[in-house]
Amino acid sequence: MSKFRCPVCEYVFDEVVGDPHEGFPAGTSWDDVPDDWCCPDCGVREKVDFEPVGAA
Amino acid sequence: MTSMAAGQEAHTEVSWRDGKRYAWLLGLVVPAIPFIIWGVYSATDGGWATHLAWWLAPIIVFVLIPTLDMLIGNDAENPPEELVKWLEQDRYYQWILYLFLPVQYAGLVLACWMWTTFEMTMVDKIGLAISVGVVAGIGINTAHELGHKKEKHERWLSKVALAQTFYGHFFIEHNRGHHVRVATPEDPASSRFGESFWRFLPRSIWGSLTSAWGLERKRLARMNKGPWTLRNDVLNAWAMSLALFGALVIAFGPSILPLLVIQAIFGFSLLEVVNYLEHYGLMRQRAESGRYERPAARHSWNSNNVVTNVFLYHLQRHSDHHANPTRRYQALRDFDEAPQLPAGYASMIVLAWVPPLWRKVMDKRVVAHYDGDISKANIQPSKREKILARYGATA
Repeated sequence: MSKFRCPVCEYVFDEVVGDPHEGFPAGTSWDDVPDDWCCPDCGVREKVDFEPVGAA
Repeated sequence: MTSMAAGQEAHTEVSWRDGKRYAWLLGLVVPAIPFIIWGVYSATDGGWATHLAWWLAPIIVFVLIPTLDMLIGNDAENPPEELVKWLEQDRYYQWILYLFLPVQYAGLVLACWMWTTFEMTMVDKIGLAISVGVVAGIGINTAHELGHKKEKHERWLSKVALAQTFYGHFFIEHNRGHHVRVATPEDPASSRFGESFWRFLPRSIWGSLTSAWGLERKRLARMNKGPWTLRNDVLNAWAMSLALFGALVIAFGPSILPLLVIQAIFGFSLLEVVNYLEHYGLMRQRAESGRYERPAARHSWNSNNVVTNVFLYHLQRHSDHHANPTRRYQALRDFDEAPQLPAGYASMIVLAWVPPLWRKVMDKRVVAHYDGDISKANIQPSKREKILARYGATA
């Protein structure tokens, strides 16, 4: 399970908790999030711009 | 002062002071306008001053504030970068915003009471409805600041502030629609070069509404739900407006309906005229991949007029807002590279209402922003050929 951070604000998508309000229940794989999905907090960048958290 | 603060990191908190810290309290004057009207009405004898009092809000916003902007001028001070976090965490600034709401709604109730109690001419009544509409429209600015925040209670307060104008769908469309597509032809709330405000107004109202609905439908579809549920943020925000209007009609009778309708229309039209001037003609270029470049300083019109900035919680530092939408108002920065309006938003609104004046003042600024290459601008499609021919561009 991985986490991905919006490059603009501090929003983090965590596959373990998902984002139920956005329609991604806990355990949703990052691969199942559509590419055109935008950061729900700032709306500046889309999924493809998110950066993995903790990865080297 | 900024560089000094940066050079003495250990002492930064004492060496930089927010010059506008207490000025932000002035923002509360706007929602208090119905109370000021009541005061003037009570203190005058029914002569011209009494009749003028009902028009107090448009007089303050479109005459007094532009005049003060001219007299007091600009303020380009930015907080030192290393103090931004600290400044954002100071809850004092949040409480000023929260206080706006009870004053706004107490003022609305007071206006309903005056509407049904005092002897007023038709012109007085129109004046009061527009005054309340000005407060409601500036309330959308407060809602805007709250709606961008990550904290749930602030997003809820944003919806509450929007209930008065029946514009609850704004906090969906603005954050998830406008911010994503800003300064592109796809955004209903970004105005185009050659597009008059009166043409923009219906396009933005209708486009924002349908976009908000589409965004919520898409979100709910991911949960295998249809749009007709109170979990739809557009519907539950409108439900708040229905409850508010219903309660006021029960309390004061159906004779206040014209007041409620006029103030709501004037209120959201005020928001739309601000939308109109924030991105006029500006366009994000497409990268080779076909995606639009990321929103940058050059994609919003800014103004450092200090008086309007204090009343609109730094909304005019619009480039930083679009680059960092969750940044709190007190920490927004001025960028040298951002295009500047010749006057504050309050003055520019009046210009936008008169399209020939607007074009005379603004079109040359858009052309200059693109170094004469108008083909880079966001152009009204029906006028594209004419505009390209006129400004000597080929495309």
